[in-house]
Amino acid sequence: MRRYFDSLKIFWGTALAIQLEYQFNALVELIAMFGSLAGSIFVLSLFFSNGNQLGGWSWEAALTVQGIYTLFDGITNTFLRPNLGAIVNYVREGTLDYVLLKPVDSQFWLSVRTFSPTGLPEIFLGFFLMTWASFSAGANITVGLFFIVAFMLICGLIILYSIWFLIASTTIWFVKTWNATEVLRALLASGRFPVSVYPSSLRFIFTFILPVAFLTTVPAEVLLGNSPTSMISSSLLVAIIFFVLSRLFWLFALRHYTSASS
Amino acid sequence: MIFPDTVIDVDRLTKTYRVADKDPGLVGTFKHFLARKTCDICAVKEVSFSIKAGEMVGFLGANGAGKTTTLKMLCGLICPTSGYVKVAGFSPKSRQSEFLRQITLVMGQKQQLIWDLPPLDSLKLNAAVYGIGPRESRYRINELADMLEIGEELTRPVRKLSLGQRMKAELLASLLHRPSVLFLDEPTLGLDVNAQAKVRAFLSEYNRRTGATVLLTSHYMADITVLCPRVLLIDQGKIFHDGQLDALVESLSPNRQVRLELNQDVSPEAFEAYGELKDCENRVVRLLIPRHQLTEAVTKLLANFDVIDLEVNDQPIDELIGTIFRAGKVK
Repeated sequence: MRRYFDSLKIFWGTALAIQLEYQFNALVELIAMFGSLAGSIFVLSLFFSNGNQLGGWSWEAALTVQGIYTLFDGITNTFLRPNLGAIVNYVREGTLDYVLLKPVDSQFWLSVRTFSPTGLPEIFLGFFLMTWASFSAGANITVGLFFIVAFMLICGLIILYSIWFLIASTTIWFVKTWNATEVLRALLASGRFPVSVYPSSLRFIFTFILPVAFLTTVPAEVLLGNSPTSMISSSLLVAIIFFVLSRLFWLFALRHYTSASS
Repeated sequence: MIFPDTVIDVDRLTKTYRVADKDPGLVGTFKHFLARKTCDICAVKEVSFSIKAGEMVGFLGANGAGKTTTLKMLCGLICPTSGYVKVAGFSPKSRQSEFLRQITLVMGQKQQLIWDLPPLDSLKLNAAVYGIGPRESRYRINELADMLEIGEELTRPVRKLSLGQRMKAELLASLLHRPSVLFLDEPTLGLDVNAQAKVRAFLSEYNRRTGATVLLTSHYMADITVLCPRVLLIDQGKIFHDGQLDALVESLSPNRQVRLELNQDVSPEAFEAYGELKDCENRVVRLLIPRHQLTEAVTKLLANFDVIDLEVNDQPIDELIGTIFRAGKVK
């Protein structure tokens, strides 16, 4: 366990060092970071100007969903995309061989090998927005509720990660899966709004097939006191199912790995 | 850890790949997209051999002969279609942590070093992954760096290093965890003669010091002649020679290649008495002369012609292998 922790420290240390190796690039990244933040705020401002009800949600409540979405988007940009988006390169260039030969879990390596600070401000913005909007919507937030919601958000993150990793694993056969991950991202963008704004067929998909509902809507409902805290068990269940699926699928995929020829 | 005497044991190992078969051109592309034709290609066919602890074995074969596929099955990177493999007492395909700590794979064509950072960062990463403490890893890095004769290169970004320096750093990174079984896939690829010789000297020294078992593939005959008393020759997925290198060279190539640079114009016919004439242009002559006649023939050549330069060496390995394949000696 300690070995994994030490590895993680070095992983992120080197990731940061690589970012800083090219000074100009680091500057561009910094500008991009603020650009992306401005983009998020712009979308939010559109939302503010449209102060009506949305699928039975007051706009403060809907804004809570938006805040959680922004939080996830930040985590995606910081951790998920730099790592899971790079899996295709590992496979195509054959450097996955080196990962597989290390006495460390390959899924661990591929999932946390690097990070990009670009999404960090978005994480803070999302957190701030979620807290502020839920207070404005009149939520009665206790310490207990705070921890429950935090736990549900972690479950949501695990669900998001697992779906993404599942899709990225198909790289082992198809080598190029850029399109698949883009479609996935578009779908997850639907988490920007409460599930109830969508038609019932989509609602079904978002709840049971691609459980986007568990990423944003359900934690928001619990935070606002509209859903019982017992929803935490559903969140946990879905997270466990998807994580186990991603794990099994990865192990299955590796049995079919043929390695890029030299 | 004490090994049983046999470190690598392979019995009737086979790997078949399913590959797509595509006709060229737009029509072919559409056909390929709509109805994919596939065929099974047997990359490795019922290969059997065993290697004892501390042996250095050369693995020879033309491109696509199945060398890399075999190496990757021995490392556990790809699953065999059938057959039995044991490496250091483990079944490679389950890739247990204990197994991975015993082996290493060096590929001349790929790199594990982080391109933008100095090798030292990659070494630290490997040390952490293998659970080697900072003091111990510093000691090991110094020891290996001494043997490899690199020092300050370790703190320069990898992208600024020459190919030779990079290969040395790759070797250092691959050996930090002190593996006892080394799989080397063309470790000297693209290096100049000097750098090749240094890598060779290092590998030989490493083998002597640690008693590690080495399985090496290379296109350069010199790598094999210097390092490996025993060779496995593979073609089209089958091993057709397993034994001493000398015996192989003798049977493959009873000839030595003599290259002469002359100070006079001589017609090619004049050389036919000395051996088989390979080519002759711009006063440079290449002859193949049977080994047992070599001394005599060279003495005569030097006496009869105005020779500026003379070089004697083995035929290049690819040419040699090509000769034997064309001769149809492969079963």
